[in-house]
Amino acid sequence: MEEPSATGRFGEFGGRFVPETLVPACEELEAAFRDAWADPSFRTELDDLLRDYAGRPSILTECHNLGATLGLRLLVKREDLNHTGSHKINNVLGQALLAKRMGKKRLVAETGAGQHGVASATAAALLGMSCKVYMGAVDVDRQALNVFRMKLLGAEVEAVQSGSRTLKDAVNEAMRDWVANVAESHYCLGSVMGPHPYPWMVREFHRVIGTEAFAQCHALLDGADPDVVVACVGGGSNAIGIFSGFVDTTARLIGVEPAGGAAVGRGIPGVVHGMRSYLMQDEYGQVQEAQSISAGLDYPGVGPEHSYLASIGRAEYPCVTDAEVIDAFQMMARSEGIIPALECAHALAWIVREAPTMQGQVVLMNLSGRGDKDVNQMMEILG
Amino acid sequence: MDATTQQFGVMETEFRAKRASGRKLLVPYITGGLTHWQQAIRAAADAGADAIEIGLPFSDPVMDGPVIQEASQKALDAGVNINTIFDEARDLDVGIPLAVMCYYNTVHHAGHRRFAHLLRSAGIVAAIIPDLPLEESGPWCESADSEGIETVMLAAPTAPDARLPRIAARARGFVYSVGLLGVTGERQSLAASATELARRLKAITDVPVLVGVGVSNAAQAREACGVADGVIQGASVVRRLMDHGPDAVGEYVAEVRRAIDA
Repeated sequence: MEEPSATGRFGEFGGRFVPETLVPACEELEAAFRDAWADPSFRTELDDLLRDYAGRPSILTECHNLGATLGLRLLVKREDLNHTGSHKINNVLGQALLAKRMGKKRLVAETGAGQHGVASATAAALLGMSCKVYMGAVDVDRQALNVFRMKLLGAEVEAVQSGSRTLKDAVNEAMRDWVANVAESHYCLGSVMGPHPYPWMVREFHRVIGTEAFAQCHALLDGADPDVVVACVGGGSNAIGIFSGFVDTTARLIGVEPAGGAAVGRGIPGVVHGMRSYLMQDEYGQVQEAQSISAGLDYPGVGPEHSYLASIGRAEYPCVTDAEVIDAFQMMARSEGIIPALECAHALAWIVREAPTMQGQVVLMNLSGRGDKDVNQMMEILG
Repeated sequence: MDATTQQFGVMETEFRAKRASGRKLLVPYITGGLTHWQQAIRAAADAGADAIEIGLPFSDPVMDGPVIQEASQKALDAGVNINTIFDEARDLDVGIPLAVMCYYNTVHHAGHRRFAHLLRSAGIVAAIIPDLPLEESGPWCESADSEGIETVMLAAPTAPDARLPRIAARARGFVYSVGLLGVTGERQSLAASATELARRLKAITDVPVLVGVGVSNAAQAREACGVADGVIQGASVVRRLMDHGPDAVGEYVAEVRRAIDA
């Protein structure tokens, strides 16, 4: 995957649509990231943390039972086994180290399911920074466990009451905080979205997923690539991470969106949260509320590079229903002894549905997080 | 276009003339579609406003604090949209320039050329788009210029010196000097950054400089006008409209007028 253009564009998507107050901060961040990413000492420091603190490399598990049931080979990249229980730690350690290098003392983050908030709170604790997490009030209710984890880690969590009171509103509030506190705070954005350089920078921090998975697949498959690479997509960070390892192969790339938050599937290009990308909006350009069982995917937009990959036909973005997700969630638990995050159950739900068309193929799925946080919610749904 | 041949737009021409006559400029902000918004605009115009900024409600107003967020949401819940607001704006006929303040997706969704045309047809002469910074403003400005719509550019306290002349050069109507690091809303006192940025801008441009964001009452407006050519009054006006109705807006604008004229 390439760098975006000088204006932060992937094709016609991306850009830097931020209030004037934030333009210098985005420019400063871009310069700092460029400098750090080219600095071997920064890379070494990050790699050491990823290995000795986050537990990388994450393993690749072949799901033999599910594979046999579905008539295909199912390989699962185990980002759920990282410290804090999801892929989010890759990006957060990178950004927190960068923020520290820039002299910032405070992290601001938004969170949906709470995974990015927990990861941000964790990195802040580790690196001695303060952390404020904005979370939609609806999500605070359905992800109480993660809210408490963030507080245990020393972060301040604010329940956002505006708008749809979910992820998009948490992003709005985090941006307002950043506007007001830009001098001492770094906005630790949790996905491959937002204004340039975030979509690019966050992708680079998650590239490790794809790099590892590529080598692991080659070792397992005697040098062959998987036929299909599948990941769930909200903003799209875990998907872009694993896609980055396979975009130059012939593997199909599948980003699975929730039916109630299908930005690529049902949106048209729009501009919100600093970027031009596919966006669910009404006939006047008002951003629509996403509706999904999964707080982490309840987002009406999508990272601009996904819009680009969709526009050139390199990746496909189908969607699955909440009912299909609930079935897949249980299937993985019972067949493999792995409780997936509801977000990743979207990827599995698509694989289950499309299995008849992929008989005998090798399917690689990014299991981006563990499902402990979703157990309470599932207990209510399943009675 | 060089300075000697530049034709100023309707709003900038008026603002420059008023400034030359020694008058400070007062621009109240009113959320379009809010209950009694047209009466509030008429009251503000009668009380001495020099232009009106009409806010187009948006689902995700990242530059706005709680008061304008609430107003925006109320208007959206009441079912307003740009068609209803423009239809009603067309009937205002208040004798002072009308501008819109809107987020960029509203413009992007309508299409640049079409949006500029819609503004002109509604009798609106200027646009303020707070999430469209200089670097992204080219395509919109081209359409706006060709339809005669003045694009007000914002300048923020975080801007390095080298950035301000570039912003001023692209500004039409006036330069919106952002008073503080933060979103719209009322504050106890005027931030030091408000007069500081206005002073930096006045030193490098003759485009009128108006301070907005965090100018919360008549005394603060007067303080800002000690340096700037005028002020924008947002949350303080919208809160009065929501709590007390359009007459309270007129009374407040008159109070600010007296303070900045004194």
